[in-house]
Amino acid sequence: MLRYALLRVLGAIPTLLLVIVLAFLMVHAAPGGPFDDERVLPADVAANIEAAYHLDEALPAQFARYMSGLLRGDLGPSYRYRDHTVSELIGAGFPLSLQIGVLAVALALMLGITSGTAAALRQGTMLDRVVMSLAMTGISIPVFVVAPVLVLLLAVKLQWLPAGWSGATGAAKFVLPVITLALPQIAYIARLTRASMIDVLGQDFIRTARAQGLGTGALIRVHALKPAMLPVLSYLGPAIAAVLTGSVVVEEVFGIPGLGQFFVRGALNRDYTLVLGIVIFYATLIIALNLIVDLLYSVLDPRVRRR
Amino acid sequence: MLRSMKCIRNLLLLFVLLGINACGSSDDASPSLTVLNRGINAEPESLDAHKAKSLQAADVLRDVGEGLVSFTASGELTAGAAKSWEVSDDLLTYTFHIRPDAKWSNGDKLTAEHFVFAVKRLVDPATAAFYAQFLEDVSELRAIDDHTLQIVLARPTPYLLSLLTHPATFPMHPGEIEKHGEAFARPGILVTNGAYRLTGWIPGSLLTLSRNDHYWNNRNTAIDEVRYHVLSQETTEYSRYRAGELDITSTVPTDNFAQVKKDLGDQLRVAPVLNIYYYGYNLTKPPFKDHPALRQALSMAIDRELLVEKVTGRGETPAYSWVPPGVDNYEPTLLSYAELTQEERNQLARTLYAEAGYGAENPLQLELRYNTGDTHRKIALAIQSMWRDVLGFEVVLINEEFQVLLANVRDREVTQVFRSSWTGDYNDAHTFLSILQSQNAANVPGYASDEYDALLKRAAEQIDLQRRRLYMEEAERVMLADHPAIPIYFYVSKHLVKPNVAGWGDNVLDYHYSQHLSIKAAE
Repeated sequence: MLRYALLRVLGAIPTLLLVIVLAFLMVHAAPGGPFDDERVLPADVAANIEAAYHLDEALPAQFARYMSGLLRGDLGPSYRYRDHTVSELIGAGFPLSLQIGVLAVALALMLGITSGTAAALRQGTMLDRVVMSLAMTGISIPVFVVAPVLVLLLAVKLQWLPAGWSGATGAAKFVLPVITLALPQIAYIARLTRASMIDVLGQDFIRTARAQGLGTGALIRVHALKPAMLPVLSYLGPAIAAVLTGSVVVEEVFGIPGLGQFFVRGALNRDYTLVLGIVIFYATLIIALNLIVDLLYSVLDPRVRRR
Repeated sequence: MLRSMKCIRNLLLLFVLLGINACGSSDDASPSLTVLNRGINAEPESLDAHKAKSLQAADVLRDVGEGLVSFTASGELTAGAAKSWEVSDDLLTYTFHIRPDAKWSNGDKLTAEHFVFAVKRLVDPATAAFYAQFLEDVSELRAIDDHTLQIVLARPTPYLLSLLTHPATFPMHPGEIEKHGEAFARPGILVTNGAYRLTGWIPGSLLTLSRNDHYWNNRNTAIDEVRYHVLSQETTEYSRYRAGELDITSTVPTDNFAQVKKDLGDQLRVAPVLNIYYYGYNLTKPPFKDHPALRQALSMAIDRELLVEKVTGRGETPAYSWVPPGVDNYEPTLLSYAELTQEERNQLARTLYAEAGYGAENPLQLELRYNTGDTHRKIALAIQSMWRDVLGFEVVLINEEFQVLLANVRDREVTQVFRSSWTGDYNDAHTFLSILQSQNAANVPGYASDEYDALLKRAAEQIDLQRRRLYMEEAERVMLADHPAIPIYFYVSKHLVKPNVAGWGDNVLDYHYSQHLSIKAAE
């Protein structure tokens, strides 16, 4: 078991290295540089700045420098946020993206499963149609439309909630971003739950349970919900991944300083170190998560271990 | 299966806990403080005045720091950290008397030596300052005593005082920089000499400034806390203003400008600024190399009045000069055809176009590059149709991401016509005219005229301001006749300011020091 784990960790290193090399080459291949501006710098000033950030060195030398920093756990200074290091920015941005994402997924699970189950139980009724049309609408309307409308309604007109993030206090500032982010997920989960619940409810063991006199509530709780959740569970994987990488649009509209925003701005600003740092952070996170899942598999299924 | 259900339940529990934790972290200001909420449309890249470059960083730096000279709310020069100064007859020596009560935010006395230290750091290559050459006309900076600073110039620089309001020339606290090194521009660490000090900074979100109790003019500072909300989307900033979360916006959305004007006309502040929107020609390659007549034809065929009225529509003024109107001690020279009607211009444009060898059978093959942006796209489309209607050729529009465009413009390999702009660093025609000198890095079209360079050089030697001005105006005339670029319009500053904010002044530099503002009590 330990040997297997060790082998897998070693196996992840080339993958990570490949990601780093590719990301490094790609950010440097993009036209323009981090200090380009309409205000073109005098040649010797530009040379000074490039020298200060070692951008005047050949690419392999820059890569070696970057890697040696990385091995010491140093992701370097941000080129655009010059008073901050990349580690600081990731450290500040990721918890926010995580909090909002995780809350959104929780909300989506609760509302999606409940409404999907209700719709399945009342299949073909008005309730079913209303829930499913709402779900269809939720999936079809993009976040960049929903967000401003919610802001206009709940923050500008009714003034119940803050319109933005910065300076707002308390839990209220989470409400709009979380709802915005959750809406399409609620819709998707509701549809998934409904379809699979209808499927499960038509099966023989449910009929048997009914025949034994079990009430609907207990039937759903004890027998139907678990098998019906399988498609939702497999959907959760990609949903959580999407949420972890931060929804750029939600962060943009509400001005949330999350990781998604730093990533996009970093790319636009040619903030090489920031983009690389976030790529490496995510790559490590995803590799680690996969590794953990695989290790859990091997705990559950000895065949995997022996392979 | 049961296991996975438990897993979900635990996950849910975790989410709720996370949520509660998230909700717990609130930071409320004490209600007795007067707080001003301002929008800022980009994150300041640094609050180390020597590492900063953007207008946004300068806005914040003018609140936390102070140069020898400053501006009033309406944009007149006024005494800053220096209470007075004398200028020698040859205009080459300035002697500044620093206020004896000027102090740093940590209570230390501000001395002349701190200005000398800062300028040394600014020009030191190791600092890698963007504005390292900002004071290139200064040949010597001497601290005569603690309160007397002497600046000796290599040549008369009538805009020196204006330069000294720029954050790149602000003093720096040597002890603090030595102590904290690169990390000194942080909340709680950064020591500054302005009306405010930096007390909080959440990158990408919020900068908090608090009153500097040691500031010499603290008793006349009304606002206790200034919050700069980083909001890069115009529409987001606008909704936050409408929701009552901002007192001042950094801009106003283009799209519903008419509606804003209608609804919030009394809160809307629009004023001319020193900022030009232009299309540059690549003068180093065909078809524009050595073809001023063709350049003129294209320039004349653009109906600028129509553009500012129908496309931008926020009060911008059509540009017929390179230097914007409103610059001190200067009268911009106008393009030769400025007095003609658009119909007359079109006629002449067609003639010039034909003389350059183009026509219906042989239309000009041209690419126009512009960076991503709604207004940029609309303007490019409008100009495309104007050129089609007047001259009969179809320009190919190429939209590029900003950094890509900048790289292409700099390389001068593929560009033909490209979008650009220039913002004045100080209130003097020199900040616009100098960039088209043949050796200037910001001369993106690649304009090279010996006559223009010589006239600007003569202007720089003048002690008599009137003569200097004449040389500069002549230089602008010479340059405009060569058509190195197409001036399109002059920007305006656009802000929404809440009715209870007092002390606001419009000015061509679009500087709005928080220390000049106050909030009137609700009635």
